[in-house]
Amino acid sequence: MTMIPVIRAVALTAVAALLTACGTPQKPLYQWGGYQSSMYQYFKTNGEMPGDQITQLESQLIKNKAANEATPPGLHGHLALLYAKVGNDDAARAHLEAERALFPESAAYVDFLLKKPAEKSAAMQAAATPAAPAKAASGV
Amino acid sequence: MMTLMSLIRRVGAVAVLAALTACASPTKPYDYTAFKEAKPASLLVLPPVNSTPDVNATYGVLSTLSMPLGEAGYYVLPVTLVDETLRTNGVTTPADAQSIEPAKLRQIFGADAALYVEVKQYGSVYKVISSETVVEVQAKLVDLRTGTMLWDGKATASSAEQNNSSQGGLVGLLVKALVDQIASNLTDRSYQIAGMTSNRLVNAPNGLLPGPRARVPVKN
Repeated sequence: MTMIPVIRAVALTAVAALLTACGTPQKPLYQWGGYQSSMYQYFKTNGEMPGDQITQLESQLIKNKAANEATPPGLHGHLALLYAKVGNDDAARAHLEAERALFPESAAYVDFLLKKPAEKSAAMQAAATPAAPAKAASGV
Repeated sequence: MMTLMSLIRRVGAVAVLAALTACASPTKPYDYTAFKEAKPASLLVLPPVNSTPDVNATYGVLSTLSMPLGEAGYYVLPVTLVDETLRTNGVTTPADAQSIEPAKLRQIFGADAALYVEVKQYGSVYKVISSETVVEVQAKLVDLRTGTMLWDGKATASSAEQNNSSQGGLVGLLVKALVDQIASNLTDRSYQIAGMTSNRLVNAPNGLLPGPRARVPVKN
């Protein structure tokens, strides 16, 4: 009699192990919202109509802030590009700085993008100097 | 008494075995030595080379990689912005982008490592009684500081995995195939399958190791 509940417990544990073996669903690190589909939309339309996406992503940022959810890497950078496309350089710059503040890993790239055009081409030249293959050198 | 004990033991052993094999058939463990030494924190995803006839393959896959890589704990450079930077500097094809020297990529983008992806299959395959949407990719991760390859892998996903419960005889199946194909084009199912493929590429056994921002820190 006493053995039956033990068997049942073992069986239950086995089922539980099976269910959790593939990894329990964890709360995501970031709230991605419409970022992924906005990237896809951007590529599909060749960067046309960025206005709608700006509105959508800006409202997502507000929602994320209210819900205390983390903004994913790249979202501010993507928004900066959208703003640059509509000619709003101030907003573009602000979002690049937001990306750098949230993710210091982006600092080198953001700093490069925020350089004045003349400095940028100088940096490109410098990057091209160390005996790059002909194809790559002509590419950038 | 004795038989019950051995029964319990057997049930336990079967359970452990089931748990171990539940996720996937055993794969040969990947050699992560270089990866562990390099500890990359930031990733540059270069536009994938498209080896398929579908022009959407490059960007369908490119836009689905940021999420799994970000959730795996890496900083992923904004792929649209990277694409724009490449274009404004005259790099207009994925093949050209992927042939730039690692050191040079490092200098411009500042990323620790770059992901080089090739799309091998993308889109609908009409197969008489079923139409399938398949996305297959192959990828390698290269350390931009040293040029060392840290990891390589591949992944595939198919819409057939989701609807293998088709019913209704041959005519039903043929109608379904047609409807499937139309649906695939309308709702851009390739893009959805690309999302599954990207997710697998990162998270499969022998996928990427967790990055520094992951919740569960890297062991060793």
